[in-house]
Amino acid sequence: MTLNLNLRDVSVVYPGRVKGQQVVALSGVNLQIAAGDFVVALGASGCGKTTLLNLMAGFIQPTRGLMTLGHYTGTPPVDAQAGASLRDQITGPGADRGVVFQKHALLPWLNVLENVAFGLKLKGVAKKEREERAMHFLTLTGLADFRHHAVYQLSGGMQQRVGIARALTNDPHMLLLDEPLGALDSLTRERLQELILDIWHRTSKMMFFITHDVEEALFMGTRLIIMSPRPGRISHEIPIDFGRQFLQSRNAREVKSSPAFIALRERVLGIIHGDEEIAA
Amino acid sequence: MNSIQSVNPASSESGMTDIPMAAPTRTSLLARMRRAAPARPGEQYGAPGNGSSWRISLLTVIVVLAAWTAATHFGYIEPLFLPSPQSVWLQFIDVLTEGFADATLMTHVGWSAMRVFGAFVLAVLTAVPAGVMMGVNRVARGLLDPLVEFYRPLPPLAYLPLVVIWLGIGEVSKIVLIYLAMFAPLALSARAGVRSVAIEQIHAAYSMGATRSQVLWYVIAPAALPDILTGMRIAIGFGWTTLVAAEMVAATAGLGFMVLSASKFMVTDVVIMGILVIGAMALLFDVVMRWLERRLVPWKGRG
Repeated sequence: MTLNLNLRDVSVVYPGRVKGQQVVALSGVNLQIAAGDFVVALGASGCGKTTLLNLMAGFIQPTRGLMTLGHYTGTPPVDAQAGASLRDQITGPGADRGVVFQKHALLPWLNVLENVAFGLKLKGVAKKEREERAMHFLTLTGLADFRHHAVYQLSGGMQQRVGIARALTNDPHMLLLDEPLGALDSLTRERLQELILDIWHRTSKMMFFITHDVEEALFMGTRLIIMSPRPGRISHEIPIDFGRQFLQSRNAREVKSSPAFIALRERVLGIIHGDEEIAA
Repeated sequence: MNSIQSVNPASSESGMTDIPMAAPTRTSLLARMRRAAPARPGEQYGAPGNGSSWRISLLTVIVVLAAWTAATHFGYIEPLFLPSPQSVWLQFIDVLTEGFADATLMTHVGWSAMRVFGAFVLAVLTAVPAGVMMGVNRVARGLLDPLVEFYRPLPPLAYLPLVVIWLGIGEVSKIVLIYLAMFAPLALSARAGVRSVAIEQIHAAYSMGATRSQVLWYVIAPAALPDILTGMRIAIGFGWTTLVAAEMVAATAGLGFMVLSASKFMVTDVVIMGILVIGAMALLFDVVMRWLERRLVPWKGRG
């Protein structure tokens, strides 16, 4: 019995501006994420990456299909009416799934520590305890010395680390990261990639990570899903192992310049360029 | 093998002497005026309205005061139309101690302040929740939007007779008139403030398990605060504007009443003194509000 996130034949159809002109954002997505999985979603713009994340977060409901988050051995009961599935259906956002956004998601009227402790405050945890727990994750993300800073005084990389620490403090089963490093410079980006891998390694939370950067996608996860537009769908799934290689060797550049890495990078780029040419 | 050379930072110092001074480029005055000059370090090139302006403001005030003094001192303008600064000052002292229209200046100020700030407190307590509700709830917006949008552009003088017919000539109608003038800008700024919250902030709160009321209280309300404070500054301005209209009917004291009765008797120096006192009070309030803004919403424009 392990924790599983299950998407079965999930579709999302947006009503078009003109009646009858519907936009199929996601079509028949099947995806299972288990504890310890680090799934990276990559794809051309408009392929439904963010829609998929919003589904898992519970911000939007699927037009068709079933989404569950619960403990199962293997796949959950096929019958949608089965009690277990209904009980574990994702019906909205919840503290069991933490979200890290690209930007603009910190609360500027709270300082760093208060931002990280915010989720515990919502749960009614006493101030002393929530600050202790927040400090643990601020230390983990290297921000302990900045706890009393205003968030708008921090650099973009530090702000994202606050966002990650904030999501972790809630102790969710799953972290959903929507291009969290997209707005950062490449050096900061590489440091945070390593930080996220370390956090995943230590906590073995389920991870779902969206990026449009091929190198980042290959480096980060255990499973790469490539998504294609019109209609948005998962077109390829590739098991990857470079993140684990880094965790052993601690040498990111060596991993990223290895022949296997470069070969896969070129193959994935080929797939995505093909999609973009069809889209254009 | 490796063509990358490291540069010794110390050598750049001695190298400085080799760098020729930038030669003054020849461009016509017109060409230079048409494009912004390069910014000094610490400023941003091309930012609209760069640089500090308080010296110029100080100069403006001095020039206006000097022109006023000169125009009255040399008799260019009749004292009936524009009394001298000295006589306005003497009237200020006189009304402060002796009074005008059966009340001293402090009585006038007290009544007006009571009306304006009384209406202001009522307006903040009602219009801010109403505006926030309009922002977060479509039913509240549907109910209130046509009412607020209809009466908002009406001049208070236009509905003053109605307020008097309904509420009489007592204190209530005066405060209600000022209250109505403040309600719309406050409600609309609170509504705009609600709109200014980033959707990611709301999503983040929900994904940490927040309830709807927690999102309203911990995310939307603080995010709307900068706009609400701006709305308070605008509203108090409307309040002072409406004061004279409110004190037109059956008032026995108040700054607006004082100015109106002074104008009936052509006591121009009291009129000007009253205007300056109203202006000074409004300015003082604005200074307090700006200080409050810096204290309460230091993140404004930086979130």
